[in-house]
This record gives sequence, C-alpha cells and structure tokens, in this order.
Amino acid sequence: MSIVSTRIVRSMAAMAAASVLLFSGAQAADISGAGATFPYPIYAKWAEAYKAKTGIGLNYQSIGSGGGIKQIRARTVDFGATDMPLKPDDLAASGLIQFPTVMGGVVPVVNVKGVQPGQLKLTGEVLADIYLGKIRKWNDAALAKLNPGIDLPDQAIAVVHRSDGSGTTFIFADYLAKVSPEWQQKVGVNTSLQWPVGLGGKGNEGVAATVGRTDGAIGYVEYAYAKQNRLIYIQLANRDGRFVSPNSETFQAAAANADWASTPAYNLTLTNQPGANSWPMTGATFILLYAQQEDAAKAKQVLDFFGWAYGNGDQMAESLDYVPMPDNVVRLIENTWRSVKGPDGQPVRNGPSM
Amino acid sequence: MQTITRTIDTPQGAARWTRRQAALDTLFRGTTTFFAAFVLILLGAVMLTLVDGALPALRHFGLGFLTSEAWNPVTDEFGALAPIYGTLVTSAIAMLVGVPIGFGIAIFLTELCPAWLKRPFGIAIELLAGIPSIIYGIWGLFVFAPFLQSTLQPFLVDTLGELPVIGALFAGPPLGIGVLTAGLILGIMVLPFITAIIRDVFETVPAILKESAYGLGATTWEVVWKIVLPYTKVGVIGGIMLGLGRALGETMAVTFVIGNAHRISASLLAPGTTISAALANEFTEAVGDLYASSLIALGLVLFVITFIVLAMSKLLLMRLQKRAGS
Repeated sequence: MSIVSTRIVRSMAAMAAASVLLFSGAQAADISGAGATFPYPIYAKWAEAYKAKTGIGLNYQSIGSGGGIKQIRARTVDFGATDMPLKPDDLAASGLIQFPTVMGGVVPVVNVKGVQPGQLKLTGEVLADIYLGKIRKWNDAALAKLNPGIDLPDQAIAVVHRSDGSGTTFIFADYLAKVSPEWQQKVGVNTSLQWPVGLGGKGNEGVAATVGRTDGAIGYVEYAYAKQNRLIYIQLANRDGRFVSPNSETFQAAAANADWASTPAYNLTLTNQPGANSWPMTGATFILLYAQQEDAAKAKQVLDFFGWAYGNGDQMAESLDYVPMPDNVVRLIENTWRSVKGPDGQPVRNGPSM
Repeated sequence: MQTITRTIDTPQGAARWTRRQAALDTLFRGTTTFFAAFVLILLGAVMLTLVDGALPALRHFGLGFLTSEAWNPVTDEFGALAPIYGTLVTSAIAMLVGVPIGFGIAIFLTELCPAWLKRPFGIAIELLAGIPSIIYGIWGLFVFAPFLQSTLQPFLVDTLGELPVIGALFAGPPLGIGVLTAGLILGIMVLPFITAIIRDVFETVPAILKESAYGLGATTWEVVWKIVLPYTKVGVIGGIMLGLGRALGETMAVTFVIGNAHRISASLLAPGTTISAALANEFTEAVGDLYASSLIALGLVLFVITFIVLAMSKLLLMRLQKRAGS
C-alpha cells in the first residue's frame, strides 16, 4: 500500500512538474493581449507574419476596449488595447502608458431603395439630428435639400447603433458632439451611450447585418466592414464644408493634420480634422502597457512586436484599409517606450525596431 | 467472490467484514450528502456574489434602481425598469404563443394522430429543442425579422394599429426587429419544451378513463378538457413553468432580434431590451465600477424574478394537490 501510494505520488509530482514546464514554455513564447475589436484584423495579420518570421505568436482576444482596459488592470494580459484613449491622469494613476498603433475610419452606411454607394450626402448636423430622433423620415426637408438628385422615399428611418460598448461608437459620438452642441449636451461621448432612438446591433457585424437587412436603415461601422459587406456608404461634409467619400486617402488626409507631438499621452481623437480632403470620422486605436514591468523579457517581446509592426507592417495595414502611423510619430512612440522599465529600473528595450 | 467466502469463515473475519461494510455505507452516505449540499452551497455562493457585486449600485441608487428607466453610461445613471419590462413582456408573448400551440400539438399527438405519424412528429419536436439558441438568433435576424418587416408588421400597423386603445401597442414603423419579434422567437423556442412535457404527461392518463368517457358519448374536446387535463394538471403546469423559465433567461436569440435599446415603448414593434441581453451586450465594456455593479444588480433582479416564478409555480402545485386530495 505504502509503496504503491509513494509511487503514485512520485509520478503525479513528475507529471505536475512536466505540465508546469510545458505551460511556462508556452507562455514564454506567446504574447497575450486583449481589447478593441476595431484593430483586430490588422493585429491578426501582423501576428501571423511575425510568427512566421520569429516564431513568437500573439494571442489577441478582441473582446472590446472596455474589456481590454479591465484585463490589463487585472494584469491577466501583457497588453491591453483600446479605441478610446485614456486621459493622462488616468494613465498616471494606474501606472500605464499608451501609444497609438494604426488609424482608421468610421463610416455611416444606409439601406434605402434606389440609393447607390457614395451617392447620399449628409452633414454632421443632419447625422446628429437623425441619431437624436429629430429627423425621422428619409424624405425630410433637410435630407432633400442636401440630395436634390435623389428621390428619397417617404419611409421611416431605422436608426441602428452598437448595442455593446465600442470604440467605434466612441469615434462616432466624439464627432457628433463636435458638430452638434445638442448631442454634446443630451447624449455625450463614451464607448456606450444612452441612445435617444434606434436599434442596437451587437458588434460591427451586428450593425452591418441589421442595416443590410432592414429597409430604411442607417448605421455606422468600421470602414473594413462597410467595404467587405459592400454596404452603401455615404458622403459626409467635413470641417472645410466639402463632401468626401470614405477611403484610405481621406483617412490619411485627416491623420496628416494630427498634432501628436504636443498632445500628452497621445490622447488625441482625429474626428472633424481640418483639411479639404479629410474624412471627419477618423480615429486611432491604442495599446496600453504597464510602465513598471515585472518580467523585462516579456515586456521587450511586446515592444519588439509593435516595433516590428511599425517598421514592416505598413503595407499590411493599408491592404486592410487602416492608416499606418507616420514615421515621425513612430519615433515619438519609440521614445515613449523608454519609460517601460524592468524590475532593475532599466528600459526593457533600447534598440531600434527590427 | 472467493475472498469474501474466505474472510467470513472465521468469527473475527465476519466481524471485520461487517465493520468494513458499515464504514463504506457511512462513507457513501456522507459523499452523497455532500454532493447534495454542494448544490445548495453553490446556490448560496452565487447569491452572495451577486448581492456583493450589486451592493455599490443598490446603495447608490436605492430602490430607485428598480423604478428608473435611465441607462446612461456617460453620466453613470442606471435603472433596471426597461430591461425588467422587456424581460416580462417578451416572456409573456412567448407564453401566449407557446402554450396554446404546445397544447394543440400535444392533444394532436396523444389523441388524434395516426399511430405511424406519432414517432416522426415527436422526434421532430424534440429536435427543435436541441437547436442551439444562437441558431435561432441568426435565423431570427436574417430570415424571420425581414419577413416580419415586410408581412406581419405592416399588416398589424394598418389594422390593429388603427384601433383606439390597443393601437398604441402596434404603432409603426415596422422595423422587423423589436420586442414582438423577440417574443415570437422565444415562443418558438419554448414550444418544444412545453409540447414534449405536456405530451408525456398526457400519455400517463390511463386508457380506461378515456375509453369510459368516449363510451359515454363524450367528444374528443370533452375528453381532453374534462378527463385528461384534470388528471395531468400538475405536470402541465410544470411544463409551462419550465418553458417560462427558459424564456426569462434566454440570451443570445433575444440579443439578436430585440434591438437592444434601453427604452420602454408603448409599441410592441419598437426595440427594447431584456436583462440577459443587456448583460451579454455590455459586460465586457462596462468600465466604471458603478456601471459594472449595475449590471450585476440586473443579474440579481433576474435571479429574483426566476425565483419568484418558481416559488409561485410550486405554491400553485401545492394548492392543486391539496384540492385534489380533499
């Protein structure tokens, strides 16, 4: 009996030791991150290329910006990702740093009989009035005035928004608040809102599906979803009063005017930027990281990954309709990384991007 | 077998054997008692966790949490009234649809159906119960909601919607997605549960009772209404309550088709939300402490509602049994 039990205990101990080794091995090889759904396609693409090159994988859970913030605060992941930049005070209070990775556009999409992609024209004020419930029909005078060439139907507007909290909603609401004082006052800006009217769809997919299936619907999705689902996007008047269509050039035009250098903690939204060709609903997505790291090697892996992505990932980003960060901003970001320190107080990463 | 006969050959061996059996028995009783108690402990732990998580919200909003319709993450004002209303209304619609149809199917299967059709029908209904709720959700969003938007809803708006008092319930515009659609989908989802249980309890009615009634000249309707139902009412109520429980807690299918709007609208065609849909939608993005706590408080409310429904059905059953006994 005693011999048997000793043997069992021994073999169990051996198994436990083996599994510990296995798990720690797996953890050392892979970087883990969680958060925003908006940049998920590009992070996945970068991760694939990076793994092929270095053997280090990225396990990214696209659970939403709020989830990302919660997970990094709970230290269950190596980095968090959010579409809504945290305020410098919040960052300082929790010991986090943040930096932008890519930029992209949010696009209003519609489903109205007879309206072709890029045909319908809206201004920010009219869009805000639709989402405030003040404009309820497609043949409203305000819409007819902007679109003299289109025969808009006498049909109720089905307003569609995100039901889950989302950085896409944040960019959308941030723009509406900038152009409509009433929106700012009544609704405000956040990743989830108290919507005055409308239906909620879960995720970009949910909004895209609801708009695509509901006659007379208007919604907003991240640009890649609008493009992939061939949704009917619209033209939007920008700050200079010109109507622009959503595409890489207009996103880039909006990003070109962004002043990252003089904005503390990169706390910048790119909505309603000046420039004749700027798409007004552009935003960046951010990575959150602890400044004080317990595992310096791990933190270096994370920074190496993003350093590699800034250096080699621009084309991949563009192929997915994201706007890569300009080189001068990348240099700023790499300077910021020097504040990420290991237990010995030394920066975890010194070298330039690979 | 051999070892047993050998050990009880001697008196000491017999005594040892008895002691060992007694010890094993005690161990067995102890283990099963622990398993049973474990369920209670889990239930208590869930309850405690919910109460603990909900405390900040309940302390901040007080009873106003239950009566406020506000749900504003920007200003941190939260109230549970809209999700509670949505949960109760969608479940009520589901029961209005599911119970009569479930009854009809069960009566057909047990009383009227030719024997060779019973099995295929029965299996088809049980298969319906096995469909994952996400499939109902996708089907609801892509097929059922557009269908309702172009057929049933405009019809309701043009007919019932024109009537004076109940017109408000069916006021347009027809969006396809909304409280009514969610209720109808739930009705379809609870149908197999209700049907299967009612059919099973109907089949427990002794043939001799029914044959006697038929022999006295009763119609099928009279046999069902006056013989089968009184005989099986406990089981029937159990089946309906099981369906109601499922309707109250159903999450994914509802999230897809209800429209997820924290509002109480007079019209059944308008979007709304339920407690479980709100939880599924918002938990990952609830950043503020008060926001997360309010969502947990919603979960607590759902727990209490389900508890009340179960308690009420138990009370009803006890009263019925007492009356049957006297």
